[in-house]
Amino acid sequence: MTDGQRLSLHVPEPEVRPGGKPDFSNVPIPKAGSVRRPEVDVDPKEIRDLAYSIIRVLDREGEAVGPWAGSLTPEELMEGLKHMMLLRVFDSRMLMAQRQGKTSFYMQHLGEEAVSCAFRKALLPGDMNFPTYRQAGLLIAGGYPMVEMMNQIYSNDADPLKGRQLPIMYSSKEFGFFTISGNLATQYVQAVGWAMASAIKNDTKIAAAWIGDGSTAESDFHSALVFASTYRAPVVLNVVNNQWAISTFQGVARGGSGTFAARGLGYGLPSLRVDGNDYLAVHAVAKWAAERARRNIGPTLVEYVTYRVGAHSTSDDPSAYRPKEESEAWPLGDPVIRLKNHLIRIGAWSEERHKQMEAEIRDTVVAAQKEAERHGTLHSGGRPSMRDMFEGVYAEMPPHLKRQRQQAGV
Amino acid sequence: MPRMTMIEAIRSAMDVSMERDDDVVVFGEDVGYFGGVFRCTQGLQQKYGKTRCFDAPINESGIVGAAIGMAAYGLKPCVEIQFADYMYPAYDQLTQEAARLRYRSNGDFTCGITVRMPTGGGIFGGQTHSQSPEALFTHVCGLQVVVPSNPYDAKGLLIASIENPDPVIFLEPKRLYNGPFDGHHDRPVTSWAGHPLGEVPAEHYVVPLGKAVVRRPGSAVTVLAYGTMVHVAEATAEETGIDAEVIDLRTLMPLDLDTIVTSVKKTGRCLVVHEATLTSGFGAELAALVQEHCFYHLEAPVIRVAGWDTPYPHAQEWDYFPGPARVGRALRDMMEA
Repeated sequence: MTDGQRLSLHVPEPEVRPGGKPDFSNVPIPKAGSVRRPEVDVDPKEIRDLAYSIIRVLDREGEAVGPWAGSLTPEELMEGLKHMMLLRVFDSRMLMAQRQGKTSFYMQHLGEEAVSCAFRKALLPGDMNFPTYRQAGLLIAGGYPMVEMMNQIYSNDADPLKGRQLPIMYSSKEFGFFTISGNLATQYVQAVGWAMASAIKNDTKIAAAWIGDGSTAESDFHSALVFASTYRAPVVLNVVNNQWAISTFQGVARGGSGTFAARGLGYGLPSLRVDGNDYLAVHAVAKWAAERARRNIGPTLVEYVTYRVGAHSTSDDPSAYRPKEESEAWPLGDPVIRLKNHLIRIGAWSEERHKQMEAEIRDTVVAAQKEAERHGTLHSGGRPSMRDMFEGVYAEMPPHLKRQRQQAGV
Repeated sequence: MPRMTMIEAIRSAMDVSMERDDDVVVFGEDVGYFGGVFRCTQGLQQKYGKTRCFDAPINESGIVGAAIGMAAYGLKPCVEIQFADYMYPAYDQLTQEAARLRYRSNGDFTCGITVRMPTGGGIFGGQTHSQSPEALFTHVCGLQVVVPSNPYDAKGLLIASIENPDPVIFLEPKRLYNGPFDGHHDRPVTSWAGHPLGEVPAEHYVVPLGKAVVRRPGSAVTVLAYGTMVHVAEATAEETGIDAEVIDLRTLMPLDLDTIVTSVKKTGRCLVVHEATLTSGFGAELAALVQEHCFYHLEAPVIRVAGWDTPYPHAQEWDYFPGPARVGRALRDMMEA
């Protein structure tokens, strides 16, 4: 034995577990409007503090304040509200469909609707998103037909992916939505490659990469930041920090880095942190980062601070690892209610019209669901053919697959 | 016709492809200004500029991941992993992403990338400069796997790979870069200059993927080989006097089963040789296919001569490499069976 000190391993823990009282008092929330808005060609070294702050536009009273306000007209904001409400109702209907056995699996966006819906409005036709499984707002705000999304979820005979993919792993080149993979973080560096290609061809299109807080620990997060930094690729690197990676609190992936945005600083990237439940702030920051990419200035890292209100997926029960009331204690509130209150505040909206729109949206989603179910659900009605299983592995079917298809009797 | 080493032939394939198609881009570690640690990309950056041929960070997952994104955009990246032994960080991108883009998106996105990797041993490369990981790729649905054995094929197969709309793993036996090698490490090295397959057209041509070729016609036994082992098998047939039919598979996936079956039905015997380790190696697939399709024509068990099931050693290079002695013994044993 030496008299040197014995070592011990540090394993981070969330401050509160089930049965405890939710407490976010340690999350510093800057006042709305208090964070400055730099020029898009700012030297990243000048704005290192933005990686540790939170850009916010909507204050407690629903007023849009500060230098990041004003990126959208009231009409555009009403459209944004509608997109978020559509996504929320879509989620609740599909969650129910899973419980009814019409599909095997679903993942909600509850509480995170502003992130993908508002970001989508900062993109132009031809730009490409490389989303995770929790950015369906990109499709909804991009005008992708909801029936097609449901057909994919039901794996029915109209499924655009022919029943090959797990529900919600959508793909649409036309709508700028790269094919979703089950493997976390892989798409992050692919987005950088896509952006490099656009630059190589002297194109004007930009890419957006998406990742969650937990997946930033994957090595492809590092790969993407290195490549984006080295080649100054026209890409917006989005990190959606919803505090949870299934049962693992964000401190496990974040470690001692303070914030996820701060990770970008070491790569020389301008790194911003934004209130992910503030539709106006998300849009303003997305627009800033997109403009930076479009002007060939380079990539930007954006951390969206939000909260995963729902379960991780239909296979998850969050009450096993976090307090049930935690989402209610979340200090950044609910993105739909905050935007609604803002629109009422500026006289563009009312409680009555909101209720009316809720009913209309519900009818729209139910009608889409009925149409999709006419094509079948996972275990009943129309389904993709067995032949489809063998197609598309390669552009041209190789001899061994032809033999196997024959053996399968199709 | 010009004479080329395999290095020059591979470089020429990229040159021809880049000349013909602006969408072909080449990158990897040390690939740009320096021209590659094996000189395979020498001069390409000077000729086509920094945005067509460039150096990459030391990050295999990043190299392949970025290439996949470029392919999704519409480019045709031909990227290099410096040694096949270092492809493992990119394995996730290759198997879960490149191989599956077409299938999982129902053709919405495709992945026409070519991933070049120097492979194989016989060069005192030790554990991480000698591996033959082809079986880790042939097992993955959606990938194509190519292993040339000479300069002529290397150029034609590489052009075909770059033009192919799906991902191709292009394994280059580095032992063959400068000359053919028959496993006789104690004899002076030979160059491609004196070999008929060192004659390589300067212009565009393709050797189609999925087509094997009979290198040495014979009637006594069929030897299935690829890469360096083609030369070992040819030399062993001559030295033993056993009239072996040596088939150079060239493409492992998709496999040219017809050529294999036709030959084995004729000879009634089949020897499979590869440098890669034996257990669950590609030879197991070949042996299974041969017994399934040629069972009633077989006069002896299908035998595999392969690397031992150990990591690739350094000092024991020639005890490990399946050279003419081991292949010859197997051939003789088979003829007595």
